[in-house]
Amino acid sequence: MYAFDIHRPETLGEAARLLSGNEDAKLMAGGQTLIPTLKQRLAQPSDLIDLGQVGDLKGIREEAGGLTIGAMTTHATVQFAPLVKRVIPSLADLAGHIGDAQVRNRGTLGGSIVNNDPAADYPGAVLALGATVRTNKRQIAGDSFFTGMFETALDPGEIVTAVHFPRPDSGRYMKFRNPASRYAIVGVYVAKTGGAVRVAVTGAAACAFRWTAAEQALTRSFTADALESLTVDPSDLNSDLHASAEYRAHLVKVMAKRAVAGMM
Amino acid sequence: MPITVSLSVNGRPVTKEVEGRTLLVQLLREHLGLTGTHVGCDTSQCGACVVHVDGKSVKSCTMLAAQAQGASVTTIEGLAAPDGTLHPMQAAFREHHGLQCGFCTPGMVMSAVDLLQHNPSPSETEVREWLEGNICRCTGYHNIVKAVLSCAETMKSGAKAPAAAAE
Ligand SMILES: Cc1cc2nc3c(=O)[nH]c(=O)nc-3n(C[C@H](O)[C@H](O)[C@H](O)COP(=O)(O)OP(=O)(O)OC[C@H]3O[C@@H](n4cnc5c(N)ncnc54)[C@H](O)[C@@H]3O)c2cc1C
Ligand code: FES
Ligand code: FES
Repeated sequence: MYAFDIHRPETLGEAARLLSGNEDAKLMAGGQTLIPTLKQRLAQPSDLIDLGQVGDLKGIREEAGGLTIGAMTTHATVQFAPLVKRVIPSLADLAGHIGDAQVRNRGTLGGSIVNNDPAADYPGAVLALGATVRTNKRQIAGDSFFTGMFETALDPGEIVTAVHFPRPDSGRYMKFRNPASRYAIVGVYVAKTGGAVRVAVTGAAACAFRWTAAEQALTRSFTADALESLTVDPSDLNSDLHASAEYRAHLVKVMAKRAVAGMM
Repeated sequence: MPITVSLSVNGRPVTKEVEGRTLLVQLLREHLGLTGTHVGCDTSQCGACVVHVDGKSVKSCTMLAAQAQGASVTTIEGLAAPDGTLHPMQAAFREHHGLQCGFCTPGMVMSAVDLLQHNPSPSETEVREWLEGNICRCTGYHNIVKAVLSCAETMKSGAKAPAAAAE
């Protein structure tokens, strides 16, 4: 690891001040992505601004029937919170399958969506549930938050404070995971609210996306069979040592059908 | 710029000067000589370095010492009672031969103790799932899982864990 100075601000304003005008400063949340990156010397920040002491970034509350979850809330907190299990159980289930217990004890919602790893789980939830990302400056619709591989709509120096997830009538996230890292080789989150269905796919492409053909088919008939005739075009999907694009295309359909079947 | 961190380690107050980039595991092993916590990888995947921070299991190789300011840390050295009586999890690993070379063992034990805090009577599947972040190159996991299940039984039937020093 290259040397850096560490700062532990106690308020959001102080964190924003430390960040502004310093291009080489970086925020740290749970550090579960950032610290391994620093250890491999893939990044060289001059200053690390640890958000761990900023109290109002943590916690889960009910809002407008859905849930508002602070950016610094850990995956384990979401996994075990009775409130999440009651209001959006599929979200608690997703959080409980991220990485391993120790990663979940430190890794955070904000860190996960800002990092926007193509294989991360939470981006699937943000798209499928039609979430809104809140920052220290504005609100960003979940649908326009993920802009590319490891890229988001955030401006430099902008800090995610919370994510608001509306409550679906039912939802289910199914992931085909990499057995070593537990990241999604393909993950599909299906959410149904009234007559509307959203289907989000993560792990398969440069970043999470909505599978609109499946949404239309499921809106007509909410059954796993309704997906049978659909095909997924592998040409835009990822191909790596874990899975070819063709295999990922196949898995998208299988995971979507399993998610729907699990909601019956 | 060096910084000063103050925390409690196995119930003892500790104050040390470290660098911003000093990892918690380096503070434990190199500054405090607590070499029971191991380092088995540089990708945050093996779990040999697991300790408890404020009662929760974390990978001490993926946390900065600075982030432990004010925290209460328990390492494998802090698990047994002051008179040397093993924690029931340590005793179960010994009884069921849950180790071979022993490299993964401190992390396994710390992780398994955290599991029983969440779930005092886990199923075999739940034990295996919980230990996903702990890699063992020797045992094939079978006796590790057996040890954890047996410890859960022992602890349910009243054999009290010695209050771990810092928790
Ligand atoms: C072994 C292992 C297995 C894993 N498996 C999975 C898995 O199966 N699925 C999965 O989804 N993830 C997985 N992860 C990643 C894990 O979920 C991370 O916790 C997460 O990606 C990053 O969150 P963090 O809080 O650790 O962020 P950090 O590592 O601290 O930060 C990540 C990035 O986000 C920025 N950032 C953090 N918070 C904010 C904020 N509030 N506002 C603006 N920018 C911010 C940081 O500057 C940094 O660039 C795994 C990680 C490990 C080590
Ligand atoms: S040393 Fe391998 S996870 Fe920490
Ligand atoms: S006993 Fe050797 S690595 Fe587990």
